[in-house]
Amino acid sequence: MKRGSFWAWFWIGLGALYFLLPLVGTFIFSLRAKRGTLSFLAYENVFNDPKFWETFGFSALMAGLTIIISLLLIVPTAYWVQLRLPRLRPIVELVTLMPFVIPTIVLVFGLIRLYSRPPFALTNNAMTTNILLVAGYVVLSLPYMYRAVDTGLRAIDVRTLTEAAQSLGAGWPTILFQVIFPNVRVALLSGAFLTFAIVIGEFVLASFLARPAFAPYMALLGQNKAYEPAALSIISLALTWALIGLIQYIGRGQQGRSQLAGTH
Amino acid sequence: MAFLELTNIYKSFGNFTAVDNFNLQVQKGEFVSFLGPSGCGKTTTLRMVAGFEKPTSGMIKIDDADMTYTPPNQRNVGMVFQSYALFPNMTVAGNIGFGLKIAKKSATEIKKRVEEMLALIHLPAFGDRYPYQLSGGQQQRVALARALAIQPQVLLLDEPLSALDAKIRLELRSEIRRIQQELGITTIYVTHDQEEALSLSDRIVVMSAGKMEQVGPPFEIYNFPRTPFVASFVGTLNQLQCKVVDAPKGILAHNGQHLTTTSPVEVPNGAAVRVMLRPEELHLGHYEGENQLTGQVETVTFLGSIVRMKVDLGDTTVTLDALNERKLNLPQVGQSQTVSFPPHACWVMPEA
Repeated sequence: MKRGSFWAWFWIGLGALYFLLPLVGTFIFSLRAKRGTLSFLAYENVFNDPKFWETFGFSALMAGLTIIISLLLIVPTAYWVQLRLPRLRPIVELVTLMPFVIPTIVLVFGLIRLYSRPPFALTNNAMTTNILLVAGYVVLSLPYMYRAVDTGLRAIDVRTLTEAAQSLGAGWPTILFQVIFPNVRVALLSGAFLTFAIVIGEFVLASFLARPAFAPYMALLGQNKAYEPAALSIISLALTWALIGLIQYIGRGQQGRSQLAGTH
Repeated sequence: MAFLELTNIYKSFGNFTAVDNFNLQVQKGEFVSFLGPSGCGKTTTLRMVAGFEKPTSGMIKIDDADMTYTPPNQRNVGMVFQSYALFPNMTVAGNIGFGLKIAKKSATEIKKRVEEMLALIHLPAFGDRYPYQLSGGQQQRVALARALAIQPQVLLLDEPLSALDAKIRLELRSEIRRIQQELGITTIYVTHDQEEALSLSDRIVVMSAGKMEQVGPPFEIYNFPRTPFVASFVGTLNQLQCKVVDAPKGILAHNGQHLTTTSPVEVPNGAAVRVMLRPEELHLGHYEGENQLTGQVETVTFLGSIVRMKVDLGDTTVTLDALNERKLNLPQVGQSQTVSFPPHACWVMPEA
């Protein structure tokens, strides 16, 4: 018993070290911008760089657009597959997994090749290139978004809720926006946060489409500076963790509700 | 003119015929139950009335308007589901008012109607609660109120009590009947529970394998089953294999012992028939003027208000029920006993 518990702790400790040491190292390194003392100088430099705010703002905006378009595309699709076309589920799941199989670099070259000449010359100005960028992000976030939404829909009795709403006179838009969306809120939020994290960290698409996004900025900084990229890594890590924490927090509220609902 | 008319309804899923030539006329305010084992087509028929399924052929009319292909959200038919199907994101009041909101009623009108409905289901203070804060029985009451709030022409209930425990089931059963009679709403109730169907309905439609077996008031269904299926599905039933001895006089023989029935038998002498007997029509002991059969007591089960006994008659075992009384002398297992039943208890059917 005691032996088993010792080894369990030993492996947990080893695992923790494996994950945490590089983080701690990066963090300490990021504090060394001023020679001889530990300081937040590198962080100050990052936050004082207008490029940081510009690229982060741009990426956040792109992430927001990606989330909205993904939701509008995926929720009705997943809903319809669940309700009427359950036999199509394996095919839809396969399609949503394609981004794992096809490298982003292939996707971006395909986009550039197809949309850089008439009749679809979208790469000619910033606005239309942004459309391409968002479209690419939608594809990249597809597996995460679809899975999140699908899990959410499976957790509620979609069919009966739909029929109940129909028998009360509701049409499709009402059913989707007043019955289905609110009841898969947590799933939608976690899908949205995952998408946000992906878009913020995505390098290839933005770089090849030459848009001022956050990840290319990070890469550029990494080539030219020493301490600031480390600070930036810690910042983006903190951001991701904050998002995951938010998902957990909101998700926990929901769980409490469903447990109470189990008392009948 | 019937209020709800189902004419020559067929429904097939691929090669499987779910509903086969269903014909029914329901009067305004009538309470009709569809009773049958699972897979008999009762729920499919109900879903066609609701509009969730389209009949392969046939016609559905409500108040003389053809509704066969009208989408469910344009039918004005209220539906209550086995799983309650309350919207988890809305309060009780929100759920009840949902249909009225869609019908674009004014806020004051919705509020008034929701309050009326909450009073009707005896949950006046529950408007602000969420479904997860209610028990199963309360949730189903709210679901009933939600279906009724839109003042539907027809109320459909799909096994609404199946998910509830026995005590709540009984309570809600009488609630449903009370509310239905109070509002005089035309109601179709799907169930596989014969007791529910018998106690609630004005008429019962017994279904089996997609076909209607018999339609009639509960008393008639129970006491005068028209097919062997109805006889065996509704209530417990004893079946005796008999031979016709004297058809015009209604005399039969079971294992050489003669039985009399009250009416002539419509098959020739010597033909095999089945005599159906309800357990409550049989009693132990010798009664003058009744049919007598002897056998050995196999089991005696005390169920509270009734005592159920099984008696082995040689070729078959019959079940008989006696009402509990303190002075009752319970027979011993293995004892030889006479089973008596009056001639009018015999329900004779040709051998299938």
